[in-house]
Amino acid sequence: MAYVVPRPNLTWKEKIYLPSIVAGLAITIKHLKRMLFGQTKVVMQYPEEKWDSHMPDHYRGAPTLVKDEHGRERCVACQLCEFICPPRCIAIKPGEIPAESRFAKVEKYPEEFSIDMTRCIYCGMCEEVCPEQAIFLRKDYSITGTTRGALMHDKARLYELGGVFTGLVHKWNPKK
Amino acid sequence: MAPVLFYFFAIMTLVFAVAVVANRNPVASALSLVVSFLGLAALFVGLDAYFIAVIQVLVYAGAVMVLFLFIIMLLDLRAEERRRVNIFAFVGGGLVAVAFVAQIWMVLQRFEAGKTAFLPLPAERIDDVRNVGRILFSTHNLPFQVIGVLILVATIGVVVLSKRELK
Amino acid sequence: MDFFFQLPWWLIVTSLAKTIFLIFLVVLPMVSYTVYAERRVSALIQDRLGPNRTGFPLTLLGFKKDFSPGLGGLGQPIADAVKFLLKEDFVPGHVNKLYFWLAPCLAMMPAIVTLAAIPFGSYLFGEKMVVADINVGLLFMFAISSVGVYGIVLAGWSSNSKYPFLGGIRSTSQMISYELAMGLSAVPVLLICGSTGLGAITDYQVREGWLLVPFTDGGLSLREVLLWIPLVLAFITFSISMFAETNRLPFDLPESETELVAGYHTEYSSMKFALFFLGEYTAMIAGSALIVVLFLGGWHLPLIPNGANQGGLEFLHAIPAWIWGIVNITVFFAKVAVLLFIFIWVRWTLPRFRFDQLMKLGWLYLFEIALVNIFLTAGILAFTK
Repeated sequence: MAYVVPRPNLTWKEKIYLPSIVAGLAITIKHLKRMLFGQTKVVMQYPEEKWDSHMPDHYRGAPTLVKDEHGRERCVACQLCEFICPPRCIAIKPGEIPAESRFAKVEKYPEEFSIDMTRCIYCGMCEEVCPEQAIFLRKDYSITGTTRGALMHDKARLYELGGVFTGLVHKWNPKK
Repeated sequence: MAPVLFYFFAIMTLVFAVAVVANRNPVASALSLVVSFLGLAALFVGLDAYFIAVIQVLVYAGAVMVLFLFIIMLLDLRAEERRRVNIFAFVGGGLVAVAFVAQIWMVLQRFEAGKTAFLPLPAERIDDVRNVGRILFSTHNLPFQVIGVLILVATIGVVVLSKRELK
Repeated sequence: MDFFFQLPWWLIVTSLAKTIFLIFLVVLPMVSYTVYAERRVSALIQDRLGPNRTGFPLTLLGFKKDFSPGLGGLGQPIADAVKFLLKEDFVPGHVNKLYFWLAPCLAMMPAIVTLAAIPFGSYLFGEKMVVADINVGLLFMFAISSVGVYGIVLAGWSSNSKYPFLGGIRSTSQMISYELAMGLSAVPVLLICGSTGLGAITDYQVREGWLLVPFTDGGLSLREVLLWIPLVLAFITFSISMFAETNRLPFDLPESETELVAGYHTEYSSMKFALFFLGEYTAMIAGSALIVVLFLGGWHLPLIPNGANQGGLEFLHAIPAWIWGIVNITVFFAKVAVLLFIFIWVRWTLPRFRFDQLMKLGWLYLFEIALVNIFLTAGILAFTK
């Protein structure tokens, strides 16, 4: 069914447009004046002012590796994150924990663990897939470097960014 | 006007006028005509006829040729470039041009007033807009009005013709 | 050799000096800072800040820290220019090379040449502050700016690509249409001043008061009040046509981003694009200068004497004349700057017209108003003689 939109009957004042143009100009100049005298405060001056305190808990920043409260690394080098990573920026070289070690139950540890931050898309799939809760997306958003090498986060850098994370981790749980 | 400038602009006018005919690409022809008009305007400036010069640029270079170019742009130019030279038309056109030049030369030979040098123009500025207007509306008033009516008729004719095609 | 000694050397030297001053010291910096103003004002209108922290990237040269001279974003135009110069000058394979190269020059040059006829000051050291004081100045400006269409037409055509072509066609028809309305709405000014020379029009306004603000000469006669009505109409139609001629926003259909990518300069990059940009803003400055000369009294400011210490308040004549000459030039460009601000302000307020609305406005309203206005002015002039 055709629906006819009724055209408004404009008065001559509306037809010549000039009054509404002047009204529009008044609105924009009001905004300009308020900005000039600092009455509107919308924009944040980025490097000086930051949004860090407003950051939501679910913010997905740089992926990092975490240690537990005893300083032990949580990662068991299962390589699930390496396989699920969509841009394939994670590279893990698993190493074996020797049988005489206290932690022989864990079997593996990451000998090398690197995340290529030039490729990372901050999707958070590594965090979701990790069975040991070893990899977390933290709130660091300003990942910069002057070379490609500087953006290749190796194991040491990842632990430095990640820090300590407390809570239940499966591999230290003897019942599992 | 310095003779150097006169020859410069005269040669520019003529060369680009030839280019109008010689070019195969219609856009190049139209642009050559524009440059030719600009050279002509510069020659008018040399004669202290600023008004004519400016009107030359304003009307011909600025309005008429833009419309020409506008139409040419909408045409298929490749058809024009494929067209072969018609030898009879070429020779015939050349003959007409030569005959025309010869005629002008013969007329100029007998043009007595052209052989004496003109008196130098007055040093102060000529208010040529005012003069043109005054002459148009006094001595040439009737032709001026007739031309006005003629253009009005032409305008109405164009509107009527183009309206009919819309139906 | 004889020929060289006959040349009016003094005239050539002063004209060159005036041209260089006008173009390189005033207009081109003004163009780049108009672009900056455009960005800043648009930002402020939209509650943003705009470019406000452009400094010198000294770290690129091996220094420890960048240097920011505390000028806010005033370095931005320099950065823009450097960016344009360093970008790759890319010529697509499908273009018509010769005309593709020619078009930016043709878009830039007429806009600069029009500036020659504008009296941007009174006198400075006895020299008239206008490059070419011709008695058909206004017509000269119209003529040369109408040649500016070629740049846009050729850019659209030679790009061999549909959006530039549509942009070129739109621009051509728009500029031809509005040239008429603009020319006709300037006629009342010519009728009142009795001359087509821009210098003569300015002189008239110095004597009798600015045309749009007729009481600047101190008095207000019945004739001035009556003439004020057609002059306000002429000012409005002239300014609207000027917006259309310079392709500014309510009429920027040739480059409307939502429909035509960027219109006629879609295929251009680097300095060739910059030339279009410069041409557009130079045309804007020339247009504003023309409005200032025609309606707002040119370089004149009430009570201030001119550069030869004539007119104005008596006691001000004690100060050397060249100071007043410089003041006159400053006043002129200040008026131009105010108009440029209005150009920008309007751009960031109004939405774009539709093309048929644009044509209708030009041919059915502005053209008619301008015609009636001429008769009105002539009638008033005849009856108040």
